[in-house]
Amino acid sequence: MQTVKMVVTGPFSAGKTQFIQSVSEIDVVATERKISNDAERSVKDATTVAMDFGRITVDEDLVLYLFGTPGQKRFDFMWEILSEGMLGFIVMVDSTRPETFREARSILETFRAYAPTPFVVAANKQDKEDAWELDDMRHALRLDAKTKLLPCIATNKKQVKDVLLELLYSILAEMESGK
Amino acid sequence: MALRGNLRDFTITQLLNLINLAQKTGTLIVDGPTEQAHVSFRDGKLAYARIGKEDGGLASVLHKGNKLNANQYRTISERAGNISDKELGLLLINAGYVSQEDILLNLQTYFTDIIRRLFTWVEGFFRFEAELLAPEDRINVRLDLENLIIEGSRQLREWEQLQDEIPSLDLALKFTERPMNNLNLSVEEWRVVKFIDPKNSMKQIAATARLNDLEIRRIVYGLIQAGLVEMIRPQSAQNQNSKNYPTKDKEEQKNLINKLIGRIQKL
Repeated sequence: MQTVKMVVTGPFSAGKTQFIQSVSEIDVVATERKISNDAERSVKDATTVAMDFGRITVDEDLVLYLFGTPGQKRFDFMWEILSEGMLGFIVMVDSTRPETFREARSILETFRAYAPTPFVVAANKQDKEDAWELDDMRHALRLDAKTKLLPCIATNKKQVKDVLLELLYSILAEMESGK
Repeated sequence: MALRGNLRDFTITQLLNLINLAQKTGTLIVDGPTEQAHVSFRDGKLAYARIGKEDGGLASVLHKGNKLNANQYRTISERAGNISDKELGLLLINAGYVSQEDILLNLQTYFTDIIRRLFTWVEGFFRFEAELLAPEDRINVRLDLENLIIEGSRQLREWEQLQDEIPSLDLALKFTERPMNNLNLSVEEWRVVKFIDPKNSMKQIAATARLNDLEIRRIVYGLIQAGLVEMIRPQSAQNQNSKNYPTKDKEEQKNLINKLIGRIQKL
């Protein structure tokens, strides 16, 4: 049995767990805990402290694992461990919370530094009224024109599939360019 | 209870605030990453400071402040013998070289510079010795701590932001493809730029260029913002992280990705 993995990362409450849940064939093995910090509890009640774990079986010889990183800063020691051996990664950003954009940029930089694999950025919660436009997010996140910034609704399976496919296309393109 | 602890739990700014509010008298001793600092207070005001093996004597401070030229400084160092700073100060004032105001202003500047350097220390142990007063033979000042506390708080916020932007100094730097024409870099920036290489971690660059954590982060942040460099995993570590695929064969790797694409399209 061959296994490969992709990592879903992003700031606290960006929608990483939901993203994996939307496509995983198993119930996501989420390691969530009640939040103790008042400011963070006002956003959601529980957060991922170690990692989420989803699975997509390709055939009897190949399985893709999706790992979600913990969003809270104090667990960032896990990022390097999770980034080892990944094919690529997805940075989830909550389009309605511009206060997290700076952190998202920082997470992106850190993962690129840990492993120079292809990545895409998913602008989550694009269905919300107060979601930022993609062009504005691209500027705020300081993404160059080559970086894929994709609209996403983590509860929508079709959109989650599109994000995963775009990442795989990037991986394939990089292979074909011989990098 | 003894006032002692770790800078990670209690910052220099918090310590100054406590000393100011409690109007403490005594000496704060801080064991930093590479040297030790002594800062003395009287009734919650800064009285005296020295750091490491630096010559914080009056002649040296006045020389640094351009109040004594090199010849005058050398003559005093060689021939003044065991004369105390207080005696030396009186002699210099009486001889018309400096005024009392010059002396106090230069000492205040020197002591506050030491405090500013302490703000950059994030690792280390401290203890406050209430019995240990400023040295008798040195000139003491009486400087309010409020402005220093405000400055320290600003620096702390900067430190926290820089830590967010550059979470680990174990990462290396590489130049981006952006052309570097007509760059105006400071001396400090050049000290970092000349060591930029995917093999060198930021921690190694900082050690070689003798920069502390805050200084290297501040410089690297500026270079990243200017689009000149980007952070990468050090080359030695990158090689350990190359087993992303179950096979080394490029064609098999492509087939694997195509299989994944086919499977996800069918989900």
